[in-house]
Amino acid sequence: MTMSSKSFVVVGAGPAGMRAAEQLVAAGQRPIVVDEGSRHGGQIYRQPPAVLQRERSDLYGFEAARASAVLDRFEALRPQIDYRPETLAWQLETNTLQLLHAGRTRALPFDALILAPGATDRVLPFPGWTLPGVYTLGAAQVALKHQGCLIGPRVVFAGTGPLLYLVAWQYASHGARVAAVLDTARSSAKWLAAPRLLSRPAVAAKGAYFVARLRMMGVAVHGGITLLEAEGGERVTALRWQAGGTAHTTECDAIGFGHGLRSETQLADLAGCAFDYNELEQAWLPRRDAAGRSSVRGVYIAGDGAGILGADAAELSGARAALAALEDLGTAVSAPERAARIERDLQAHVTFRRGLETAFAPPPRWAVDAPDELIVCRCEEVTAGELRACVRDTGTHEMNRLKALTRIGMGRCQGRMCAPGASRLLAHAAGCELREVGRLRGQAPIKPVPIAMLHEQAPSTVVPEDQDD
Amino acid sequence: MSNSAPLLRRIAGAARESIEFELNGQRCSALEGDTVLTAVLTNAAKLRESEFAGAARAGFCLMGACQDCWVRLADGERLRACTTFVEPGMRVRTGP
Amino acid sequence: MTESIDTDVAIIGGGIVGASAALFLRRHGLSVVLLERNLCGAAASGVNYGGVRTQGRAVVQLPLSMRARELWARLPELIGTDGEYVRSGHLKLARSEADLDKLEKYRDEVGAHGLALEIVAGSALRKAYPWLGEQAIAGSLCAGDGHANPRLVSPAFARAARAAGARIVEGCTVTELAATGSGFVVGDGRSITVRSRWLLNCAGAWALELAGRFGDHAPMTSIHPGMAVTESVPRFMDVNVGVEGGGIYGRQTARGNCVMGGSRGAASGSLYAVPTARSIGELCDRMATLFPALAHAHVIRFWSGVEGSLPDHQPVIGPSPTTPQLMHAFGFCGAGFQIGPAVGEALAELVHHGRSRVALDAFAITRFTTPASSIEGAH
Repeated sequence: MTMSSKSFVVVGAGPAGMRAAEQLVAAGQRPIVVDEGSRHGGQIYRQPPAVLQRERSDLYGFEAARASAVLDRFEALRPQIDYRPETLAWQLETNTLQLLHAGRTRALPFDALILAPGATDRVLPFPGWTLPGVYTLGAAQVALKHQGCLIGPRVVFAGTGPLLYLVAWQYASHGARVAAVLDTARSSAKWLAAPRLLSRPAVAAKGAYFVARLRMMGVAVHGGITLLEAEGGERVTALRWQAGGTAHTTECDAIGFGHGLRSETQLADLAGCAFDYNELEQAWLPRRDAAGRSSVRGVYIAGDGAGILGADAAELSGARAALAALEDLGTAVSAPERAARIERDLQAHVTFRRGLETAFAPPPRWAVDAPDELIVCRCEEVTAGELRACVRDTGTHEMNRLKALTRIGMGRCQGRMCAPGASRLLAHAAGCELREVGRLRGQAPIKPVPIAMLHEQAPSTVVPEDQDD
Repeated sequence: MSNSAPLLRRIAGAARESIEFELNGQRCSALEGDTVLTAVLTNAAKLRESEFAGAARAGFCLMGACQDCWVRLADGERLRACTTFVEPGMRVRTGP
Repeated sequence: MTESIDTDVAIIGGGIVGASAALFLRRHGLSVVLLERNLCGAAASGVNYGGVRTQGRAVVQLPLSMRARELWARLPELIGTDGEYVRSGHLKLARSEADLDKLEKYRDEVGAHGLALEIVAGSALRKAYPWLGEQAIAGSLCAGDGHANPRLVSPAFARAARAAGARIVEGCTVTELAATGSGFVVGDGRSITVRSRWLLNCAGAWALELAGRFGDHAPMTSIHPGMAVTESVPRFMDVNVGVEGGGIYGRQTARGNCVMGGSRGAASGSLYAVPTARSIGELCDRMATLFPALAHAHVIRFWSGVEGSLPDHQPVIGPSPTTPQLMHAFGFCGAGFQIGPAVGEALAELVHHGRSRVALDAFAITRFTTPASSIEGAH
């Protein structure tokens, strides 16, 4: 098979990116894989630095075999992949990415772009969440997996979602004192979701296992709780919470919390992809077809970057998107049976996902209960009260206008942490549905870039002096 | 300025090369493979003070998304602590 | 069911010009309906650099700009917020002797028109502004200039107009537009139809299409200034900075973010613009050179916008030559923010009593169609 001259670029080296790259190599291509991380694996299969030797079973527990399969396969294919770690794709223009690496930025043209940027925790803040010692569930995992550290010796885990129980169990298994596991979702919700959760029985069984093990270890596990406040001066010392009208205070050195996951969609936004509001995820997601094609020709989306389906589904969608890109660029013989099989397998994941969202829905009263003093935007230190006052005083009902007037989402993280909370507060204050307030418009750079970054030389375009209002 | 009790607790990888660095003028130790965040927070309890209220911050997401862990070096350089590995001789400042 | 409204004045475009016109018309007791396609103040009026600057304007714009200064000084009273407006002064830098010559010449020229500028050079410059890069050899300081936050100011004009009794309709794209003999009919073809005696075309970079419906034309193109903002850094810049010859301008907000401009973006569809990687590169180079204190800072956002530009760098302001009771105000060439409120006031005056306190002859649209006419005092 002759090598095509087309350029295939994959952004992200988690399970979706890795399988996409593998599929491209199998078709005779040499893909470029752009990764912010220093080693492949993404977040879920994040590998520690080479000097920190850890057993795969220690790092990934039940997923060790799966993790090994995909990590080792990518490693074996490294000679056939143009892998670019510690590289940030910070801007996207038509068919060109801007990549920042070691202080230099360069343009990378592409014919096909597979976006596999993954997800972060979805954060619904509570008072005191900016205190040192309060981290996301994902952060608690990274500290453990990547750095061999606990976020503290005595930890409370809170929020909701399957990750809550997984991380709590991982910590308990590594010698942490897990002071409590506090789920905002009610236990009854999980029973309702049971039929869908059984679409992936092995996964559902793991979830039950974690809860059972935690209880056996004497960890207090509570459902239907409300988070009240992380207490402390310079660092967290306790978590105050409520269940059934009774307030409790649990002393701790650290808190790990999160309410599910949210997709990273900034590059899809810069690419001009169409977005749709997804009722299940309560978020705006880039539109993609069953194969992973976005609304923009040449741009594909795989993995959790266009909706949370988890690591196993990410492997499938990464491969499927690569097949679509290969076919669309006319560089490979199409494989319709394989493509159809992948799409069928993905369907089970979608069903399971619906079950998870039912079982672990984010607290519906969050916006109602949020006190005015709550900092919602931790970058710009904007409170819930300020957001509500803005809506009251100006009649604002749209997220970008709210951002312009209150600075929410104007800080370094560009709304990654605050948008879920801010949009719920806006919808509640404006008396409209969550979908009606829209979403924050993406802008480059998708993460902060140094002014001093060295650019390719370009001729100057001077602005005449009176055009500088 | 003294550094208060560390936030993070190590549970693996003790047998690594030690890396000496400076935190707020004090000599401290970290291990090879530590990020700047780990290096600082295994020695102290904050990374920086927020620009507007001056409140102590110690990172949040640990995966380069929240941008809350940007720290300053003595020469004015800035880096994101959770995605940058500590290097020998680094001089980190967590205060103004 | 289409809502039908009869009003004295219909305004198309809710930027700072249209919204301030609505406010001043209400103060004159006229009824107003303003139709805005998106949200008021979301286009150029809301995404510009934020300079509130008289220095550097052509002599022909000085009366309008000096009048606008008086309005800016009363901002809280007019629109209920200070919009982060500060009278920081504007320092225009010379990077060569030739630049300095130009600054001195401009100072002399405008001094005769009431604008006082002070040249600061050499050791005095370094002492007053120690944070300037070496390139700067002198600066012309205009103490009465400053800067503000356009994201706060422009929407606030629309809210003030609404509070004063103007009917402000957002999310309304005008498709129906005609002169009726006694006035105009304007509508979006589905939810609203407005009948008015007067029509103000304040549609910014998109005003030509409207003007063209009445046979009025101007050679307007779109420009896309490229902008950047840094994370908050410790305060060091206490004045709004520009350079002779253009290319870089910068200001620091009270919260510490540095807003910079001075390059070109590219159109993204007909309504928006985006910064290009090339323009970002140029801007960052210039920022780092002129402001060494930013050497380690990070940019957290780049953006661009859509501004109407005319070949003589002056806007169109004034009555239509073809259609009675139609007024145009567009094509501000990237310099409409500071003079915007004075333009709105002038439009209201023209409608209300037939003349404005500031002469607007130099901005007539006819200068593009009458071969013999020319702009005096173009800089």
